[in-house]
Amino acid sequence: MALSIYDFTTLTDAIHESLSRSMSPLAVQAIEWTIIGIAILLFVALFGLFLVYAERKVCAFFQQRLGPMRVGKWGLLQTIADFIKLLMKELILPKQADKFLYNLAPFIVIIVSFLAISVVPFAKGLQALDFDIGIFFVTSVTSVGVIGVLLAGWSSNNKYSLIGAMRSGAQIVSYELSVGLSMLTMVILAGSLQISEIVNAQSTGWFIFRGHIPAVIAFFIFVIAGTAETNRGPFDLAEAESELTAGFHTEYSGIKFAFFFLAEYINLFIVSAMAVTVFLGGWMPLHFGHFEGFNHIMDFIPPIVWFFGKIFLVIFLIMWFKWTFPRLRIDQILALEWKFLLPINLFNIVLMTIIVINGWHF
Amino acid sequence: MAEQEFDKIQTQEYLVNMGPQHPSTHGVLRLLVKLEGEIVHNVEPHIGYIHSGIEKMCESLTYPQLPYLTDRMDYLSAHMNEEAVCLCIEKALEIEVPDRVKYLRTIISELQRLASHQLWWCVMGMDLGALTTFFYGLRDRERILDIFEENCGARLTLNYSVPGGVMFDMHPNFQKRVKEFITYFKKVLPEYDQLLTGNVIFQERTRNVGIFTKEECIAWGVTGPSGRGSGWSCDVRKHEPYSALPFVNFNEVLYYGCDTLDRYKVRIQEMWESMSIIEQLIDNIPEGDYQVKMKGVIKLPEGEFYQRVEAARGDFGVLIISDGKKNPYRVKFRSPGFSNLSALNAMSKGWKIADLVAIMSSLDLVIPDIDR
Amino acid sequence: MSNEELKNKILAICPDAEVTEGKQFLNARVPGNKLHEVALKLRDSKDLAFDYLTCLTGADFPEYMTVIYHLESTLYRHMMVLRANTADRENPVLDTVSDIWATADFHEREVYDLLGVRFANHPDLRRLLLWEGWGYPLRKDYVDEVRIVDR
Repeated sequence: MALSIYDFTTLTDAIHESLSRSMSPLAVQAIEWTIIGIAILLFVALFGLFLVYAERKVCAFFQQRLGPMRVGKWGLLQTIADFIKLLMKELILPKQADKFLYNLAPFIVIIVSFLAISVVPFAKGLQALDFDIGIFFVTSVTSVGVIGVLLAGWSSNNKYSLIGAMRSGAQIVSYELSVGLSMLTMVILAGSLQISEIVNAQSTGWFIFRGHIPAVIAFFIFVIAGTAETNRGPFDLAEAESELTAGFHTEYSGIKFAFFFLAEYINLFIVSAMAVTVFLGGWMPLHFGHFEGFNHIMDFIPPIVWFFGKIFLVIFLIMWFKWTFPRLRIDQILALEWKFLLPINLFNIVLMTIIVINGWHF
Repeated sequence: MAEQEFDKIQTQEYLVNMGPQHPSTHGVLRLLVKLEGEIVHNVEPHIGYIHSGIEKMCESLTYPQLPYLTDRMDYLSAHMNEEAVCLCIEKALEIEVPDRVKYLRTIISELQRLASHQLWWCVMGMDLGALTTFFYGLRDRERILDIFEENCGARLTLNYSVPGGVMFDMHPNFQKRVKEFITYFKKVLPEYDQLLTGNVIFQERTRNVGIFTKEECIAWGVTGPSGRGSGWSCDVRKHEPYSALPFVNFNEVLYYGCDTLDRYKVRIQEMWESMSIIEQLIDNIPEGDYQVKMKGVIKLPEGEFYQRVEAARGDFGVLIISDGKKNPYRVKFRSPGFSNLSALNAMSKGWKIADLVAIMSSLDLVIPDIDR
Repeated sequence: MSNEELKNKILAICPDAEVTEGKQFLNARVPGNKLHEVALKLRDSKDLAFDYLTCLTGADFPEYMTVIYHLESTLYRHMMVLRANTADRENPVLDTVSDIWATADFHEREVYDLLGVRFANHPDLRRLLLWEGWGYPLRKDYVDEVRIVDR
């Protein structure tokens, strides 16, 4: 069958068949897993590089300057140069640091990011794992990242790292609640925890339009809580340079620091991917109900382009926050979550339930 | 000395060193902070990293050489320091400088006050996390520095005032460029307000933080915008006007909130007042000499002479004790940063680490001013 | 308040004081042991109200070492200069005024650091700018072959 850019199941089926013709089912499975693993690794590496470059350029344009311009045309090779430099740096191990935990912490953080990427729906047929409890899987897996942060701060044997890790741990644990609850609001609207079901349910319109008021509120809460989850933007007290040097990853250098650095940007991608999937339709083109003509025009653009377009929009929004607002203090961050976002979230869930029961959505 | 630091610690407290190299201590300042969790119990500043013995050096310099050294103390209000020394020497010799000199000196001082406050604003934003404000403030400050370069020959440490007058006459383009800059900056300064002052996060970080009442300010000698944020009317320009200040009308900016936000607002409002002073003076510079003819070797009569000016950071004083020779016997610089820093401990007891950073940047410290 | 009235009030507080009119301000010299008492009265008396210590300077003269206090009243806006001498060069001691004007805390530490004048009852008299073992640079007999070039 012809390969189509609109439906990647054609590609995956073609590969599966060509492999099964010549090998046993066990070998076919092993090879497919390897292909998926390598694809995810490559994606993480390339997208991480791209995001770091994008952050520097966006930051520069907000500050009325140009950013990296010399390494490659328009500075495109800047991140590659930076990573080569990081790889060549000496790995300094502090003398009294707990060796095993010190080495383990960056790996925990980066493995969590890989796991979360495996359930992201890039396009029709391009989703590595499709559990029937996909949303639940994502929230539980990202929670494990806190352990990596706390281990990094503790095992570095450094007062600043410890303070930074404690702050960061408290912050991430608190904001997971808001992230989970706002996604739950949309699960109520969709009626299923399975990610591909949620995306397919948005074929008549994105949830943010269909769920009107509670969906918009949930979207705002999700974006705020997502930024706080990734220790970015106005919530980056844990790694605030002007206060406690670099927080929990002060003592890391070389490739281990590169893991933390990369993990932060991949977490940014995951938060945007979840926002896009659950609120903005995933890879679904913009459809409005049953306007056949309009929907047909929107279908011309391949779903994968839709997906990445929406991702870039949300990522730009989150980057905009970081370079505009000052930082919040740790007690203000926690007060924001427990005194404001959580009650609003709970009220929102009740509101959404009432709307779904009575069928008052589009 | 080390024993004193450690024997009074209780088991719950711990010491954190915001060391000499730190992004937000504005220079080489070491703060030994005794913390319990997030709350600050004691802040001990350790200074002296930049101490260069300026007061001792002045005893071996001649009087015309003094202003060059005072530039380098508080380099962000360099010309105001020079003005203080020159006025002190002129007061001792009982020389009256022409009006043209007075006008030029005041205009350059007020421009430098603007530049100093701009740098303070961008660094305050950066300390609190709004990294973009750094570039906006510096972008506008470059224009003032270009004016200085054209007129005085240097961007930061101006070497413009000398005892008896100013070094160079006004450049032909000076008036035009200053007026262009004022027009431009009047449009841009409200942007600063929109970006930082009106921001909810910024206000939450600074409102009711670091409260320091007027009586405490007077007791600790916290002058300048930091003192005026607590309602203490201490502007030397108003109470002992010097140079061309008797010829202008301006308001002394006072806020009564005693917190970091009001110390911030005082400086922003002072930028408007400085622009108003410059506008009143720039078109009316009288003709005349730009220097009074002084003897080759200046000898001050015996006695003590004290002169105060309002530097960007506060009350800057110069005390010259002379014994009739051509070198001063003793020169003392009363720097505003020194007193402001000594009050830091009292100001930040009981607040959190993040508040300590906010309080320190609202005090606008320049460490060479403190260490001399 | 004019200098005449100030002079009378100060003489009333401390008859031992030598009050002279300098070129700018009224100068009052008090003996070292009366310093604290006079300073307290200067701050607390209702019609003098010298509550702002502008500048605290130490100077080394041939026969004595002196500490000069520039005082201002924020209420009445008059200024005066208070001084205290100490003739002892080996171990000069004066009373601290940091319990009267809190700003004197750091200023007195600086005078101790650069001149060697100790202040009794100071809460924390340590060197401020230099470290232990350094001499007292602002003294006129300070010699340093490495850093000071004698012409």
